[in-house]
Amino acid sequence: MSDNEEFNLNELDDKELVEQIQDDLYDGMDEEVSEGVQILLDREWDANDVLGDALVGGMKIVGEDFRDGILFVPEVLKCAAAMKGGMKLLRPILANSSVDLSLGKFVIGTVKGDIHDIGKNLVGMMLEGAGFEVIDLGINNPVENYLSAIEEHSPVIVGMSALLTTTMPYMGVVIEEIDRLGMKNDFHMMVGGAPLNQEFADAIGADAYGRDAARSSEMASVYVHAQRA
Amino acid sequence: MGKAVDNRTHSAEPVIAKRLVLGCGALVHELVALCRQTPLLKEAITLQCLPAKLHNTPQLIAVEVDKFLSENAHKYQDVFVAYGDCGTAGALDQVLTKYNANRIEGAHCYEFFAGTAAFEEITEDQLGSFFLTDYLVKNFDRLVIQGLGLDRFPELFDEYFRHYTQVVYLAQTKSQELQDMAKQYAESFGMNYQYRYVGTEGLNVVASPILPLAFDLELQVASA
Repeated sequence: MSDNEEFNLNELDDKELVEQIQDDLYDGMDEEVSEGVQILLDREWDANDVLGDALVGGMKIVGEDFRDGILFVPEVLKCAAAMKGGMKLLRPILANSSVDLSLGKFVIGTVKGDIHDIGKNLVGMMLEGAGFEVIDLGINNPVENYLSAIEEHSPVIVGMSALLTTTMPYMGVVIEEIDRLGMKNDFHMMVGGAPLNQEFADAIGADAYGRDAARSSEMASVYVHAQRA
Repeated sequence: MGKAVDNRTHSAEPVIAKRLVLGCGALVHELVALCRQTPLLKEAITLQCLPAKLHNTPQLIAVEVDKFLSENAHKYQDVFVAYGDCGTAGALDQVLTKYNANRIEGAHCYEFFAGTAAFEEITEDQLGSFFLTDYLVKNFDRLVIQGLGLDRFPELFDEYFRHYTQVVYLAQTKSQELQDMAKQYAESFGMNYQYRYVGTEGLNVVASPILPLAFDLELQVASA
């Protein structure tokens, strides 16, 4: 998106700078993204606005272009790394913010038998950007891990991820167990992963299916706001 | 062999008394060897392959198979698809139902080459197993390094492989050259290396029931 012309980010006005950060994020330029974020903070922008307008806004474009086959996994990972750099600057400020904009806790993990976490990590980052406190269980999680995390953190949403067609049925095992324990209505259950679709999510009794990272984060936010309305 | 179902109108075109085998390009070498074993097999099977690069975009496999079969299935008496589920999560099976076609059982080529029991044994022993076949060893740079963007962004290596502990080469041949290459890839990835010769038996089903018949006839001809 951006050309090779070098220029001083400080010379851009706020609107131009936000657009430039989004462009740099799209191009996976982590140093430039961090520099742009720092400039906005130095201009006394609220950290939540920097996050929402520049980073999450940029990742939303990345998510859409990934879905449309314009960007591929390596490029998306570079974008994510660039966003991580910006998040590193924002996280401590957001943590000390007196205004509580948290959307609540989101427990997320890749299911048992599956070690793939690229998609899950992207979702986790987008969720954090959207205002969730993300509890990341990592990979290869048996149902017991989800249950312990639910007990410890009382999340508003529990998310499960799988990349393999051989491991995705385990999501149904987790949901069944949660249902058996009478906890099904205590939180929202989302599922996602490359081989999944809405049909599968419905079949295993998930509350929602997120087709990509941006959409998953959007759906999670919409759910929480609807609950609070 | 069941008659391939034609979902479009192709009444003017004659049906060939042959099986169409539509395969993954990553299996082309083994499929050619299988389908050319005897003159009868050569006569009975038309082999076509889709690009191997679909391996990296499984969401496109069912779409491409559907596209190919919609244009070609009606010309053949029978259609067999030389794919596993291959990450399509049932989407490929839905397409095959339209054409009354079959595929190889199993989640992917690693499973049908190794056999389900052996494949499960490997992954239960070490979940972080990264599998190679002859094709992937020969095309490692193109499909793995370039396919994952590691040539352009080597810093992404950990993102992809941080949870992998071993490279398992499920070999179709006993080529020492390929073994050396596979071992070298494992070393360059900092992973343990395991070699298992599994051959190509897992593919025989694509020529079934023609295959035993073809050998019987060849045998009869030879002994006559």
